[in-house]
Amino acid sequence: MGTDKTDRAQPRGGPFRQRRGWRTVDIVVAAVIGVAVGVVFWIWGVVWEATAPLFIAFPPAQAVLYGIWLLPGVLGGLVIRRPGAAVLTSIAASSVSALLGSQWGITVVLDGFFQGLLPELVFLAFLYRRWGVVVSVLAAAAAGLFPAVRDNIVHYAAWPLHFQVVYGVIVVASAAGIAGVGARLLTTALARAGALAPFPSARG
Amino acid sequence: MAGRDTAAADPMTPDVPRRAGSRYWLAGLNPAAKLLAALVLALGLVPAVDAVTGGTVLVGVLLLLPFSGIDRRTLLVLGGPFLLMGLSSGLVNHLYGEHGLEGAVGVAVRLLAIALPGAVAAVSSDPTETADGLVQRLKVPERPAMGVLAALRLVPMLADQWRTVTLARRARGLEAGRHPLRAVSLFFSRLFALLVRAVRTGTLMATAMDARGFGTGPRTHARHSRWRAADTLLVVGAVLLLAAAYTLSARLGTLVLLFG
Amino acid sequence: MADHDRPGARIELSGWGWRHAGRESPALRGVDLVVEPGERVLLLGPSGAGKSTLLHALAGLTGEEGALTGDEEGVLLVDGRPPRRGRGTAGLVGQDPEAQLVMARAGDDVAFGPENLGVDPAQIWPRVTEALADVGFPYGLRHPTAALSGGEKQRLAIAGVLAMRPRLLLLDEPTANLDPAGAALVREVLARLPARTGATMVLVEHRVADVVDLVDRVVVLEPGGGVVADGDPRTVFADHGRALAEQGVWVPGHDPAPRPDPAPGGEVLLEASGVALRTPRGAGTRAAPPRTVLEGVDAGVRAGTATALTGPNGAGKSTLLTALAGLSRPYRGAVLPAGPLARADRRPLARWPARRLVRHVGTVFQHAEDQFVTGTVRDELRFAPRRAGAGETETEARVDELLERLGLTRLADVHPYTLSGGEKRRLSVATALSSGPSHAPDVLVLDEPTFGQDTRTWTELVELLGALRSQGCAIVLATHDDLLLRHLADDRVHVAGGRALVESPALVRGGFRGRP
Repeated sequence: MGTDKTDRAQPRGGPFRQRRGWRTVDIVVAAVIGVAVGVVFWIWGVVWEATAPLFIAFPPAQAVLYGIWLLPGVLGGLVIRRPGAAVLTSIAASSVSALLGSQWGITVVLDGFFQGLLPELVFLAFLYRRWGVVVSVLAAAAAGLFPAVRDNIVHYAAWPLHFQVVYGVIVVASAAGIAGVGARLLTTALARAGALAPFPSARG
Repeated sequence: MAGRDTAAADPMTPDVPRRAGSRYWLAGLNPAAKLLAALVLALGLVPAVDAVTGGTVLVGVLLLLPFSGIDRRTLLVLGGPFLLMGLSSGLVNHLYGEHGLEGAVGVAVRLLAIALPGAVAAVSSDPTETADGLVQRLKVPERPAMGVLAALRLVPMLADQWRTVTLARRARGLEAGRHPLRAVSLFFSRLFALLVRAVRTGTLMATAMDARGFGTGPRTHARHSRWRAADTLLVVGAVLLLAAAYTLSARLGTLVLLFG
Repeated sequence: MADHDRPGARIELSGWGWRHAGRESPALRGVDLVVEPGERVLLLGPSGAGKSTLLHALAGLTGEEGALTGDEEGVLLVDGRPPRRGRGTAGLVGQDPEAQLVMARAGDDVAFGPENLGVDPAQIWPRVTEALADVGFPYGLRHPTAALSGGEKQRLAIAGVLAMRPRLLLLDEPTANLDPAGAALVREVLARLPARTGATMVLVEHRVADVVDLVDRVVVLEPGGGVVADGDPRTVFADHGRALAEQGVWVPGHDPAPRPDPAPGGEVLLEASGVALRTPRGAGTRAAPPRTVLEGVDAGVRAGTATALTGPNGAGKSTLLTALAGLSRPYRGAVLPAGPLARADRRPLARWPARRLVRHVGTVFQHAEDQFVTGTVRDELRFAPRRAGAGETETEARVDELLERLGLTRLADVHPYTLSGGEKRRLSVATALSSGPSHAPDVLVLDEPTFGQDTRTWTELVELLGALRSQGCAIVLATHDDLLLRHLADDRVHVAGGRALVESPALVRGGFRGRP
């Protein structure tokens, strides 16, 4: 199979010519990927809350695992490869929390929007042409900027600045490591499993 | 349904409020209005980190709870994590913060005040009606909104699937035990299996939606999302509550601004 | 409306062919076919013959805008025009009930199609109620679609298509993913449709006997080719029945006749005592709390015996199966190892570490994909022996043997997810076998193993299970398949109404009570 390791969407020839609008399959699969990850998050959210006391010694350390929450936007972008896919996937993932019940309710959708918009901007900066691990890691790090700032403002407003900075750096690094590398590996695995046939990402 | 005029022929508009009176007042409002009101309060509270501003909003929203139609079970299920979040935030900010107990309480109360309106809005709204409100009233793009709504229908199936995938790993002799690294790799392996299923189902669902003519032209709406005076009142009320909170804490001299 | 003047669409194909994107050879080629308005046609052919593709093309779902991409040749016309979705001419119902519905409430779902076609809102709800009445939907407009059974979901999906008032009704194996009761619900609807609508109907279905009375014409397609037989059902089956059966199609009067090795019987290996099972906790604050589905289950599983769990869907068969396999913990009571199995570990099965469990109890899930953990067929089979600490040469020898035995040798380097349905099933059985010490675990647990199999893979599977049983392996399976029960089941446990009733005289004599 794919010996060609290029991570560019080939714009010429074949069924994957640059198309105009979104197909239904692009919209629905982006949404379903988001919802699937959202369901896992919701189940995991319970674990997350439960482990909080463990990190009481140095709370920023909990941020090490934070990256996992930023997966949906990056993954949606890498799989669907269309402008807006990262935002849509991320919103879908956060809607699950609003639906299933979270203490944040409907405002999580706003978080989802920003956590999708930031990686979207990275994909845009590469003109939706490059989808390799570097872009994926950059997109995830960008997504991590949002919670890095948001949490410090909303959760930890009384912390000293150096705590806030350390927290922010760990969140962004964790996003890059877990969501960036994770999303890239998952996309490759999905393509190899033949699940991405309707998308340009089917080539890996 | 026979005998009603065409405007009232939509049988899917919520029928709760008329029958159940004021207890379901909030449930009968347009979800788009609830979303707007929640966003006004959540964003409006970000600059103020004192207990009085946040507390005023918190009390204002709590007063609305008896009219939200939320049942006791939901209240208990959501209330626990909600209070825990407030407590842990207060504790963490007290232990490592620079503003003492008062500062920590302020942050915790504000956190709850930011979260509560959204939580109440979510619990008192039906997803379908929320999508209708967003599309018809707030002009959110329709196809993605319908896509997310359709995908949300798969939540129970995907939750079951996650459970099955977990059992299937045990059937193959895979278990994390106490190794954190193994736990992470197992997590991604399960997530992968879930995603394959999700993408497959999504592709089939897209075909089913295409087969029903989705996205071929302008849609009509079988359900009409109404915006009543009460909806405007709710959004205006949210703005007024926020203004009242700021005025009160400024008058009392307790107002603390985030970067102040 | 114009629809009522001319209720059925006319289909015309000449020299039509289709090649899937990325495939070398065409799925179909040179199809010449005319279907007159109002005809009801059954499309038949072995798997891979492109039947489903043809239906999608008729619905206008192929091409750049759709999920199905590939190269088309020849002419395909519906009412003299190339089909295009969104005209409301054709309505298609697929096979997976989970994926057919769009909305959370029944009424909204049926209204979805008319909304997309831009039907005047005032006319939508009358259409919806009419369509629901046409399919005999027993619940109200606000009924949650999540609470429907598979058969009811498919009924609703058909109503959703009818509300669009199509003149061509396309059904792609609408009963393939349903249990017998659900399939009966759908067949009942299909039987009454001609009287309700004059639409032309094209149906694809594997279990021919179930639908042959509903059609007046059968068309047989050949993989990579075109129409090889066409006529009324009786003639086609008389002339081509045997050939179709040999290609794997379930043809009436041509049921497969496997010859599994006889059951030697043996000691009791697993004992369920006082087991009560609950449904898992649903996700979300709105989910229903767990409910007890089975109580007071006392049953045994014997070596060299096939034990079948039967009963309606939702009665707790699958939950009982995962408990018997040691994968989930019963709510009360325990599944205990007995006889030789107790020598490995005396604790309840649910408390065994996964590594030990997998050496003694193999499980095959209904969706084979759920249990694949590597990227190639060969790695999938290497996985268990490697983890058990087997050496390189020993592992390879064992893997080669299993590949050979299950006919997977030429697929050794393929990704497991890209296999066909029958191959996936064989691989999932092989992975369970690969983990046991003597190339088979003591107990093999299977959930609906014959689901969706054609007659060839069905026969292979029954004979394989028979062979394992004759080696002393205990086979436990949950199934709706009467033919499988007839050919393989020795002991039966009927799961229904909150109880599991042991229906085997041998077991009762052996000291196990079924509670009535």
